[in-house]
Amino acid sequence: MIPFDYQRATDADTAVATVAPNPRATFLGGGTNLVDHLKLGIAEPELVVDVTHLPFDRVEPLDDGGLRIGAGVRNSDLAADPRVRVRYPVLAQALLSGASWQLRNLATTGGNLLQRTRCEYFQDVTTPCGKREPGQSCSAIGGYTRNHAILGASPRCVAVHPSDMAVALVALDAVVHVRTREGNHAVPVADLHRLPGEHPEWDTVLGHGDLITGVDVPSLPFAETSRYRKARDRASYAFALVSVAAALDVADGLVRDVRIALGGVAHKPWRARLAEQALIGRRAVAGEFRAAATAELADAQPLPDNGFKVPMARNMIVAVLSELAGEERRDETT
Amino acid sequence: MTKPLEPLVMGGVTPRVDGIAKVTGRAPYACEQLVERPAYLHPVQSEAALGRITGFDAAEAATLKGVLAVLSPFDSPSLTPGTDPELEILQSPEVAFRGQLIGAVVAETPEIARQAAGLISVDYEVREHDTAFSADRDDLYKPDVVNPSFATDTLTGDPDRAFAAAERAVDAVYTTPMYHNNPMEPHATIAVWSGETLTLYDSTQGVHPLRRTIAELFGLAEDDVRVVAPFVGGGFGSKGKPHANTVLAVLAALRLPGRAVKFALTRQQMFSFVGYRTPTIQHVRLAADASGRLTSISNDVIEQTAKLKEFAEQTGLPARSMYAAENRRTTHRLAALDVAVPSWMRAPGECPGMFAPEVAMDELAEACRMDPVELRVRNEPDVDPESGLPFSSRNLVACLRDGAHRFGWYGRQPLPRSILHDGCWWGTGVASSVYPVNQSPGSAATVRFLGEGRYEVRIGAVDIGTGAWTVLGQIAADALGVGYGDVSVDIGDTNLPWASVAGGSSGTTNWGSAIVAAARAFRDEHGADPAPGSEVTATQQDNPNTGRYAMSAYGAQFAEVAVDVDTGEVRVTRLLGVFAAGRILNPKTARSQLIGGMTMGLSMALHEHSVLDNRFGFVVNHDFAEYHIASCADVASVEARWIDEEDPYVNPMGSKGIGEIGIVGTAAAIANAVYHATGVRVRDLPITADRFLE
Repeated sequence: MIPFDYQRATDADTAVATVAPNPRATFLGGGTNLVDHLKLGIAEPELVVDVTHLPFDRVEPLDDGGLRIGAGVRNSDLAADPRVRVRYPVLAQALLSGASWQLRNLATTGGNLLQRTRCEYFQDVTTPCGKREPGQSCSAIGGYTRNHAILGASPRCVAVHPSDMAVALVALDAVVHVRTREGNHAVPVADLHRLPGEHPEWDTVLGHGDLITGVDVPSLPFAETSRYRKARDRASYAFALVSVAAALDVADGLVRDVRIALGGVAHKPWRARLAEQALIGRRAVAGEFRAAATAELADAQPLPDNGFKVPMARNMIVAVLSELAGEERRDETT
Repeated sequence: MTKPLEPLVMGGVTPRVDGIAKVTGRAPYACEQLVERPAYLHPVQSEAALGRITGFDAAEAATLKGVLAVLSPFDSPSLTPGTDPELEILQSPEVAFRGQLIGAVVAETPEIARQAAGLISVDYEVREHDTAFSADRDDLYKPDVVNPSFATDTLTGDPDRAFAAAERAVDAVYTTPMYHNNPMEPHATIAVWSGETLTLYDSTQGVHPLRRTIAELFGLAEDDVRVVAPFVGGGFGSKGKPHANTVLAVLAALRLPGRAVKFALTRQQMFSFVGYRTPTIQHVRLAADASGRLTSISNDVIEQTAKLKEFAEQTGLPARSMYAAENRRTTHRLAALDVAVPSWMRAPGECPGMFAPEVAMDELAEACRMDPVELRVRNEPDVDPESGLPFSSRNLVACLRDGAHRFGWYGRQPLPRSILHDGCWWGTGVASSVYPVNQSPGSAATVRFLGEGRYEVRIGAVDIGTGAWTVLGQIAADALGVGYGDVSVDIGDTNLPWASVAGGSSGTTNWGSAIVAAARAFRDEHGADPAPGSEVTATQQDNPNTGRYAMSAYGAQFAEVAVDVDTGEVRVTRLLGVFAAGRILNPKTARSQLIGGMTMGLSMALHEHSVLDNRFGFVVNHDFAEYHIASCADVASVEARWIDEEDPYVNPMGSKGIGEIGIVGTAAAIANAVYHATGVRVRDLPITADRFLE
């Protein structure tokens, strides 16, 4: 840990103008990840710009019936928002499955998206890590890989993104609003995080100093029938081994629309588009769900310690979709 | 001198005398003691697992404003050589394990100390290290004794022949991984060197044992060292033996006379140099006749130790005396590795050593088509199978029967994988628990009459969260024949009479016996109507029953589990432990000890696992995000009960230790329940979701 200056940002443009030109500056949200990194020596900023007092602390309705979530909205407030709970239960469930009450009370929407991997080797500065130090080799490869990726990894990095919330947002086609020195951009959450490729040091497509100001969740009526399920090694306070966010729209027993995203399997929240495409127009039954899940996972490349994630993800996709299909049937009969 | 004490205050639900101070934050733990102008220590740890330090460049660190001192292997006060290789830090440039303490920075703030430590550059001449623990090594060796001084190997009859002739048998290898103790309060020390005397506020399980070690290491008279530890946030054995962190704080304090040097470990550092439980590989063979009567038991144990210093966990011990069998063998073999020194962790020996045999008993029950409770009852010995001595009391069968009744065991569907509902496979399992009545000599206590009916009892015991503050007062009240409110207790300071370590579940036996001795001597000397200021100090008497009776506490643990069909996630929905542990002196604190032990056993069964990466030689999951300890959500229902047990032989209180037995057998009960639920026999802990996925 090194000494650093602290500034409290009063407006977004100034915050961006302060951080963007200074590679040793960083934004501070809830601090639930950054403060750990300061202590562990993973992040060594000279300047920390606190953005939690910017006016991005509300959840507001959008014209299309969706919601705009301010980047500073705390995870616990977002999970408790009645509109989120009713219209997007998958998002509320994802939020509440993450971390602890204390952490959720601090963690922000923007910060949650930008949290970094908990890979054991990334978190220990005494072991090489190409995500922490560009160009270094990946220590997880050949090491302890129980929690690591089965999809989309590269020889440079096999880490996974730890967020639960982001998995739900990807399933919901949410869009991130970003303030940069050039102006405002919109990036689908599904495109926000990268696969590691040759540059695991880049978690996202954002540039240094780009500030997330909010997240739009578009209207998706069938998301009222949605679910987040998370498998983990202990019942609480653990990152996902595998998680599934899903919403299902069934008409006449056939899948009219479906959204599936996976957590704990890749460097980014994994939108299961192959499975979705395989299901459209098919019967909403376990056999079809299983075939779709198998198709999605066909390219999985498990590591020595995490082969179980493949059947775990497959089983969970089937179970969650079956459960949602069951709810749809109940809705139709009542 | 074990004349039983009449229990009037003992056995009552007396609330913790220190409870309110603790929950309101007013009980000062080691690092919270008020000292003037504290300075803060941040350690430097080896990033090589084996080798020699060739350079230690602290030039930049030393110039940082606020840095008070830098210590290194090339610049450190001296320690008495030949005392303890684990503790003789900074005396040579040799590195024996990764994470070893090789230096320190002391500064005006913890932040400066941490920053400065990060600026130090260390060069190593690295040698190839070896941390790979395995049963296939060709350099396994037989230690002279196992912890603390038990025979390494035992042999009765001909186990191999009995096994070959068995009508029913089990032959399997079981493993338990490395565990780190991780009490809630990390190790912490404040060291103040006045120039003549040393004061230590230390998070320790024994002020006097720590003082002896520190005095010897630093060449001081014991009277020149004072250790203070009124409140300790758990130890689980890791604060039982002194570790290098305290030594480092004292070395730094010698450099800064008059300054109070604080060294509080981070959670990550807790995985480096304050002890841990060795991984074990246990080859268990059980032989029985068709009726389930055991003819042979063997447990051949392989575990690790450090090349730096030997510690041999006594994992084979329970197999020596748990059940009757004519033929019996236990062995211990060690792999000496370039790792930190293993040490005590809650129920060393019994905890891992009751996992393997108690799962094997479940397998034998299945082989015999017997109920697992009845199999254990059938093999109940009349006398201690190892020593041939009668038991002072042994109520394992009562615990099994009472527990089975309370748990609803007897309606159990005997076939595994037969209960599926709510998306889970459900099952139940049972295992036995045991923990010896340990006693060590030398504890002393002072009883003083303060006037107006009030007495003070003084003893250098330590309450590591057990309830000693309270229970010792209850014992004193009965020993003096006064009310609980008439006694005040003072503990946790070497200025008080000598007391043994809070370890081996022996604290209450040793300290309570000393208090009884002092109270009786006080009454002998001063009668029932003493003058104010009258005082007597006495030492605990040797127990004349030692060597005449085999003395242990017993228990039975029952577990119910649900294993998710889709994910394989295992959840323990119910745990019940029934114990026979002599007189329960305080039901409130006892229950807390027992369910705490059982919860730790649950954590061992499902979660805990220190992952050593052999390429680097250190535990990579070294924080609480990745080294999982059971969370509240994992602990649905944990219930501890006990049966009334009169034992006039163990000590004047009639009590047996209860700090450790709760963790013994729990993991086996859960593993057996998991088998009953799923039909999958897991012999390697922890029991994780992947075991049930294909």
